[in-house]
Amino acid sequence: MRSVWRFLASSYLVAIASTLLLAMVLCAVFVPIMSAHDAHEMDWSALEQPPTFDHWFGTDLVGRDLLVRTMEGGRVSFTVALIAVTVSLFIGIPWGATAGFVGGKTDQIMMRIVDGIYCLPGILIVILLVVVFGRNQYLLFAALGAISWLTIARIVRGQTLRLRNAPFIDAARSLGAGTGHILLRHVIPNVIGPIVVYTTLAIPGVILAESFISFLGLGIQEPDTSWGVLVSDGTQTMESSPWLLIFPGGCLAVTIWCLNTLGDRLRDLLDNRETRPSS
Amino acid sequence: MKTYVVKRLFFAGVTFFVIVTSVFFLLRLAPGGPFDGERRLPAEIEANLKAAYDLDAPLIVQYGKFMANLAQGDLGPSFKQKDFSVNELIAAGLPTSAALGITAFVLALMMGLGIGITAGLQPGSVVDSVVMGLSNLNIAVPTIVAAPMMVLVFSVTLSLFPAGGADSALHFVLPTVALAIPLSAEIARIMRGSIAEVSHEPHVKTARSKGLSTSRIVLRHMMPIACIPLISFLAPAAAGLLVGSVVVEQIFDLPGIGRYYVAALSRDYTLVMGVTIVYAFAILLFNFIVDLSYGLVDPRIRVET
Repeated sequence: MRSVWRFLASSYLVAIASTLLLAMVLCAVFVPIMSAHDAHEMDWSALEQPPTFDHWFGTDLVGRDLLVRTMEGGRVSFTVALIAVTVSLFIGIPWGATAGFVGGKTDQIMMRIVDGIYCLPGILIVILLVVVFGRNQYLLFAALGAISWLTIARIVRGQTLRLRNAPFIDAARSLGAGTGHILLRHVIPNVIGPIVVYTTLAIPGVILAESFISFLGLGIQEPDTSWGVLVSDGTQTMESSPWLLIFPGGCLAVTIWCLNTLGDRLRDLLDNRETRPSS
Repeated sequence: MKTYVVKRLFFAGVTFFVIVTSVFFLLRLAPGGPFDGERRLPAEIEANLKAAYDLDAPLIVQYGKFMANLAQGDLGPSFKQKDFSVNELIAAGLPTSAALGITAFVLALMMGLGIGITAGLQPGSVVDSVVMGLSNLNIAVPTIVAAPMMVLVFSVTLSLFPAGGADSALHFVLPTVALAIPLSAEIARIMRGSIAEVSHEPHVKTARSKGLSTSRIVLRHMMPIACIPLISFLAPAAAGLLVGSVVVEQIFDLPGIGRYYVAALSRDYTLVMGVTIVYAFAILLFNFIVDLSYGLVDPRIRVET
């Protein structure tokens, strides 16, 4: 816990990014509950209104409060991140650990598959999946996870290879531990650091992918909303009411920036620790 | 080197085959057909339609026919846009998409290399922090936000460029820049890191102490090593560019093949297949070239595999 605080206080960039991100998450959770307005409530006396004291972000074409809608969109983005990243961990960690630990032909085949998928435009695969199975948002989240496990698998494999011949693994094996047990109890706990770092770096990618798909009209559907949907709507009306584009787009950009900054810093920290000569 | 090339080629071929096959079966297994319109067709007419498009044959026969046609470069008729074959539709859109993609790629490479090398040669300087701060910002502002903002500023407010369409070269300026900027920011970050790392290598210090000019040191002594991380980034970069181009074509109303992808919702099986095949082919071809240049730059790779 103390090392977490030390990390957060390590530079002003990290401090700013983590504060902003926390604020964004808290707003997404609490603003829709606490606001006087509802995301679907239409105020016919305030159509397409610029930001006012009553509607901080202004209102959209049918008089819905943009602040509440933007934060509802934020909920979608954070949910996407949570579900997709969980899916990617559930596929990526076992895949990478098995490939790295078993080695040989198995490793080659498994990593060739990863290489093959890696060079495909993942979002287009998700679009195909959405087309085929209909626009179910949980399926969309899972599909996003299913394309973002590749990096995790690669990282875990690399780390596992490094650990495979470590003395404590040999010790566990000589005590009669099976492969599954060794992977679960000895290998994976030792690769948690890199997994955390690359998960942080994967989240912005997933959030971006969801907003791309929703922007194209293939993701979240009205009356539900997400940042991609809001930006897409904002694009239609940006000449007469630019705030409909600027606020949701700004929230999206800020969130991505925070996550990227935190991920980069965590990676630097990890790299330093690994290249430091072991005592 | 020869076995290396053959191996990569074989791998690309297998990947292509797997992609085409899985997309074919995925789309056919999907619920709902191309003729399930709002108006229910009489059973006989629907049967005739299906027969005309070979939809009544067993799946495996359809697959065989499709692959046989594909081998001859024929992608079949479009299910939705009558009178057009998929080949014609793609031929109509591909030049636009290819022009957009290639110019954006070259632009991104030039900007990214220039910025990355400049920043990497003087890490910690003001130039470095400004440039890297900007590129972090560029990565964070997604195309779906940045591109409309560009239209707002340069087309609506300043009226410098047209907002949409593809009538002249001027129409391509904004889309190309919108597509290139995020990619160039990534390239700049990667180059900055590897240039900064390489500049501590002994052989670079030797070159410097011999009094060689900076440009010669960068080009002859640093680049061959520093560009390896960049090369391995190029394959996913090309994939990202493709995805970006779907969005950019939509925003700037360019008649490329990206918009056919969104038409996928209308279950135009053959058209979606066609576009996917073109995309997969482009990506695999590009990867193959990247792999070859990898082997050329780093001799260890062609020996190993």
